Amino acid sequence: MSAEQRPPVEMATPFDPSVAILAPGHTYASITDKISALVLTRRTPRGWFLGFTIAFLLLMLLLFTAAYLLATGVGIWGVTVPVGWGFDIINFVWWIGIGHAGTLISAILLLLRQRWRTSINRFAEAMTLFAVACAGLYPLLHMGRPWLFYWLLPYPNTMGTWPQPRSPLVWDVFAITTYATVSFLFWFIGLIPDLATLRDRARRRFWRILYGFLAMGWRGSARHWARYEMAYLLLAGLATPLVVSVHTVVSFDFAVSIIPGWHATIFPPYFVAGAIYSGFAMVMTLAIPLRKFYELEDFITLKHLDNMAKVMLATGLIVGYGYMMEAFMAWYSGNPYERYMLLNRLRGPYAPIYWALLVCNVGVLQALWSARVRRNVKALFAIALVVNVGMWLERFVIVVTSLHRDFLPSAWGMYTPTVFDWTMFLGSIGLFLTLMFLFIRLLPVISIFEMRALLPEVAEAKRPADAPASS
Amino acid sequence: MAERVDIYGLLAEFDAPEKVLEAARRAYAEGYRRMDAYTPFPVEGLAEALGFQRTRLPMLVLLGGLFGGALGYALLYYAEVIDYPLIVGGKPFHSWPAFIPIVFETTIFFAALSAVLGMLALNGLPMPYHPVFNVPRFALASRDRFFLLIEARDPHFDRELTRRFLEELGADGVWEVEP
Repeated sequence: MSAEQRPPVEMATPFDPSVAILAPGHTYASITDKISALVLTRRTPRGWFLGFTIAFLLLMLLLFTAAYLLATGVGIWGVTVPVGWGFDIINFVWWIGIGHAGTLISAILLLLRQRWRTSINRFAEAMTLFAVACAGLYPLLHMGRPWLFYWLLPYPNTMGTWPQPRSPLVWDVFAITTYATVSFLFWFIGLIPDLATLRDRARRRFWRILYGFLAMGWRGSARHWARYEMAYLLLAGLATPLVVSVHTVVSFDFAVSIIPGWHATIFPPYFVAGAIYSGFAMVMTLAIPLRKFYELEDFITLKHLDNMAKVMLATGLIVGYGYMMEAFMAWYSGNPYERYMLLNRLRGPYAPIYWALLVCNVGVLQALWSARVRRNVKALFAIALVVNVGMWLERFVIVVTSLHRDFLPSAWGMYTPTVFDWTMFLGSIGLFLTLMFLFIRLLPVISIFEMRALLPEVAEAKRPADAPASS
Repeated sequence: MAERVDIYGLLAEFDAPEKVLEAARRAYAEGYRRMDAYTPFPVEGLAEALGFQRTRLPMLVLLGGLFGGALGYALLYYAEVIDYPLIVGGKPFHSWPAFIPIVFETTIFFAALSAVLGMLALNGLPMPYHPVFNVPRFALASRDRFFLLIEARDPHFDRELTRRFLEELGADGVWEVEP
């Protein structure tokens, strides 16, 4: 596998974007100039303003909904007995899952020495951070009294109580807090050398001071690099089990309960795979427009898209296996409630959503077996969008179908999201996109120093006799 | 005034990572110790060529992780067994399997924090001022140029001889660094 991922040694000289991870002809200077220009010198494209405006309006929708929610209460949402976990948990799990691809790319692929991660890790990490921010909103707002959120944290208090650590919901608090912190640290540490580059290249005094402040006086000393690389490697080693633990804990929110359809040992691996699956779909959704509008095809090549499509295919198949096992266990367990849960999914009032999720997550995915599809940017973009939707539907099915038919028919009910559920959801997409647009405008979307480091390796592999390219 | 050693050091500029690596090796062989190299990306072996032994960072991270784990466990034990014992689901007060997820997370939290803060602390960052930034060309150290600095504090340092030595190493330019 690793041999295949290496930059091709016996490649024909013309640039073949489907196998190379960096277009030829680049130098340290050209890489630096091209990526830093996106932030420093290039005119902000009109499309950016358009996109930012839309995203910002959606963000305002979120603020409006949140304000109304705080003034009125969670009754403005569709959640009620028996479905107490509606859009909040669906969206929470969806966003957290999306975040996982960023950590996978930055940490796990680093440990596996997958060099193609270099040009996508920075914005994937940013995506993680922003997705976690969106995810965190939901449990906070679902509390009803978010200003008392600190009751979740263990601290000696006048009420004389402590959070109950035998509950997965308390594990969640620790897992999400740690995940958000570590994701931020990882992202910021990766940014420091690039912030120094921006500091050295910014023309206006304000930006020099701002980037200089954030770069903390980084000067690229060899000793600093040695410790830096060690810290980065250790962080990757720590983030790898962390990312697995986070979605495992999220799945425990369900699996530790005794609700039919949730109480399953398959949940942790199935959730982790689903998280990576949806996350890669989101990376693809962001990467494809980004490389087009910012002309980054040299750096984010078809090889990257191809590899990401393969990861999606692999994780999507694991998710498909999860669906299969759920159905199998429902039958094999002989538990009438489990069986009923499955029949209800297949034929009940929410059946169209279940079938739609199977089509999105398992059906459409099969197109990625074809190398032609994996190299077709438009098809990939469409598939990524479908998977994003499919994974959201999956969480809807998991949350709602298990809850709405309680053990006793007298406690049955239906869940219908209200307009405020939808504005909240759209609003969180607005928050995510707003942060993403600001990030693209203000910080380098591709790790500049890692691309520079990639250059001699790629050049060496291509023409072993020559000295590596220099300016 | 100019005769006195009132500079921070001499900075030599190179255009390729191998050149600065070679220069660092030769300077070390020459007996220079108080020196540093500046590169736009990590160059393998460069820190070692400058006499950098190994970093204590992994030990710090291990200690941070152990501290975090111990803290997490102590917190849960105190809360659940000593301060607020509450029977939940018929489980014992000290139901350690239920503590594992939180202890794991606090371990990672403190280990990651020590990795980042430890790296910054050992590197002496944030550092608002450093003399090398007085050389205008140094701005390229974050772009495509590679620099070797020999500090004036080094016992072997001699303004003229060291300059000549650096020039012989194939430097594209040698600059005096204002303190």
